[in-house]
Amino acid sequence: MSLFVIANLRPCGTYWVMPIPPSTLPVCVRGLRKVYSDVVAVDSLDLEVRPGECFGLLGPNGAGKTTTIEICEGLTKADAGTVELLGLKWENDATELRQRLGVQLQETQLSEKLTVEETLRLFRSFYRRGPAVSEVIGMVQLEEKRKSRVGGLSGGQKQRLALACALVGDPDLLFLDEPTTGLDPQARRQLWDLIERFKTEGRTIILTTHYMDEAERLCERVAVMDHGKVIALGTPRELIASIGADHMVEFAVDGAAALDLAALERLEGVRVARCENGGYRLYVTVLHRAVPALFDELARDRISLTELRTHSATLEDVFVSLTGRHLRDE
Amino acid sequence: MSEGTAVAQELRPAAERRPFIENSLVQLTLVRFREFWREPEAVFWVFVFPILLAGGLGIAFRNKPADVMKVAAVGSQLARALHADKGLKVEEMDLAAGEQALRAGRIVLLAVPAANGGVTYRYDDTNPDGRNAKMLVDRAVQRAAGARDAVPAKDDYVREPGSRYIDFLLPGLIGTNLMGSGIWGIGFTIVDARRKKLLKRLIASPMPRWQYLLSFLLSRLSMLYVEIAAIMGFGVLAFGVPVRGPLWELALFCLISAVSFSTLGLLVASRAQTMEAASGLMNLIMLPMWIFSGVFFSADRFPDVFQPFVRALPLTAVIDALRASMLQGVHISRLGPQLAVITAWMILCFFTALKLFRWK
Repeated sequence: MSLFVIANLRPCGTYWVMPIPPSTLPVCVRGLRKVYSDVVAVDSLDLEVRPGECFGLLGPNGAGKTTTIEICEGLTKADAGTVELLGLKWENDATELRQRLGVQLQETQLSEKLTVEETLRLFRSFYRRGPAVSEVIGMVQLEEKRKSRVGGLSGGQKQRLALACALVGDPDLLFLDEPTTGLDPQARRQLWDLIERFKTEGRTIILTTHYMDEAERLCERVAVMDHGKVIALGTPRELIASIGADHMVEFAVDGAAALDLAALERLEGVRVARCENGGYRLYVTVLHRAVPALFDELARDRISLTELRTHSATLEDVFVSLTGRHLRDE
Repeated sequence: MSEGTAVAQELRPAAERRPFIENSLVQLTLVRFREFWREPEAVFWVFVFPILLAGGLGIAFRNKPADVMKVAAVGSQLARALHADKGLKVEEMDLAAGEQALRAGRIVLLAVPAANGGVTYRYDDTNPDGRNAKMLVDRAVQRAAGARDAVPAKDDYVREPGSRYIDFLLPGLIGTNLMGSGIWGIGFTIVDARRKKLLKRLIASPMPRWQYLLSFLLSRLSMLYVEIAAIMGFGVLAFGVPVRGPLWELALFCLISAVSFSTLGLLVASRAQTMEAASGLMNLIMLPMWIFSGVFFSADRFPDVFQPFVRALPLTAVIDALRASMLQGVHISRLGPQLAVITAWMILCFFTALKLFRWK
């Protein structure tokens, strides 16, 4: 274990060469850049993922999450930068890498005319080793659908089958690209349970998502992405703490009167006040003092509230505080 | 995993030996079969449609027995004389009834005894049936009166299988089927997989890419013989279509043709992102061949200026070779030009497809 930690501290890439052992970081990305005609999808991105962790790429649509993950999966060529996975590189070890990666892509439609079992048997045949097909079916709880055609599965079942296809080669590194997008809440929760179970088996997982609750629940560490860059990195707890406020208060008032933000920030328990979409947002440290103070302030100026919401700070608020936008601004 | 991936890899068992059925090429080929047989429309177009077409056209253009001419005679003596000819169906009528029947078209000729001991034939000389009937009736009358042929002549009827329309049609349908299955079967499946991002998913796995493409060829080649056997079996059993060349030569022809059309299908599918683009491209390729390659009528009928173009089409070469082998039993060594055209297309399409092919 101690040797391992030392290896972890070593910067990866090509800064200096150590004879042995090769880098044991499952994922090490340096200076990654990808430009599509006029859009910079990924902009000098650095990432390190540690063994056994579930690492989340969180960001709105178009942040560059999928491009990043597809470069890592060897599906897209980067314009610049290096990618090292499990100590291997795509240029030299593509075959070996494909054997050791498990991949779930966004919106792959598996052949509808095959059954669940036939689909997995096909994918299983590509890998040197891995669990038996029936075992994988059990892992994703599709036993009852073993003989059903893929075309007849629900959205959640299809996603679980896609997950099974990613697991069938017993991967050392698992890529999940928006695994729960488009699923109903129950199916999402079921999939989260499955992913949590694989985490306990010590697999390294990278997942992209634009659901902050998904990242908070599943990921040990999260990189918040925007416009092709990592704008924040850390555990969900660290990121939320970085806002410096445990609670969010959002409110709107009657009439066109603009409130004085500086005055709001002087209220007890309020750290930051911002204008947002015609309303106001307060970053609050002590909720039970800040809210009465807000009421008093508004009453004194004879301004009436039309809306008031409070919630505990989430990764969404981290994103808002960094960019001024919401994760799912359409 | 906690010891690090490099160590974990060493601790794992070596790649297992697996049964034949779990081989990736076998699995990929099985998937091709399953996808085909579970698509009822595909099964219909490949198997049922050509047979229905051959059956329908075979019946429509079947060789009828020689027509019997309906004629009438006035008087029993004349009627008896005409009965001697098997090509005539003779009725005895009186003059008024005979003229009525002639006008109504129920008979084509009315023979009336003339006053001078001769015979008058009443018929429409602009109607070929009328003129034929006149010759037959006249011959019967003259023979009944004791006339003999100056030159002895004998009939030798030619009604042999091999020269009928169904015989001509069947090789054409087999060729069309080889083309359709190759281009549609491969083209649509690949474009559909690309559209659904399934190709992308597959190349993210360690699947050897050549095995994916080879699985199409393998399934084509095994399906091919089922298709051909169904269509040819129907032709042979229902219409007695001849197969004069050796079966192995025919099988070899079908094989080369199927591979050639498969590479054409691969080429069509190499870039297309949508089904609409793919089907437009396929029609563009197949329509000229349906028209010019002599499926339903001989390609020789096109003007001479078109002939180099017509001869260069792969389907023309395939159908020509199939007809020559099946109907005339022409030896494979004399079908070099056709084989050359088919092989040239195969090589051209295959290497162009390899260059153009996109997995995403």
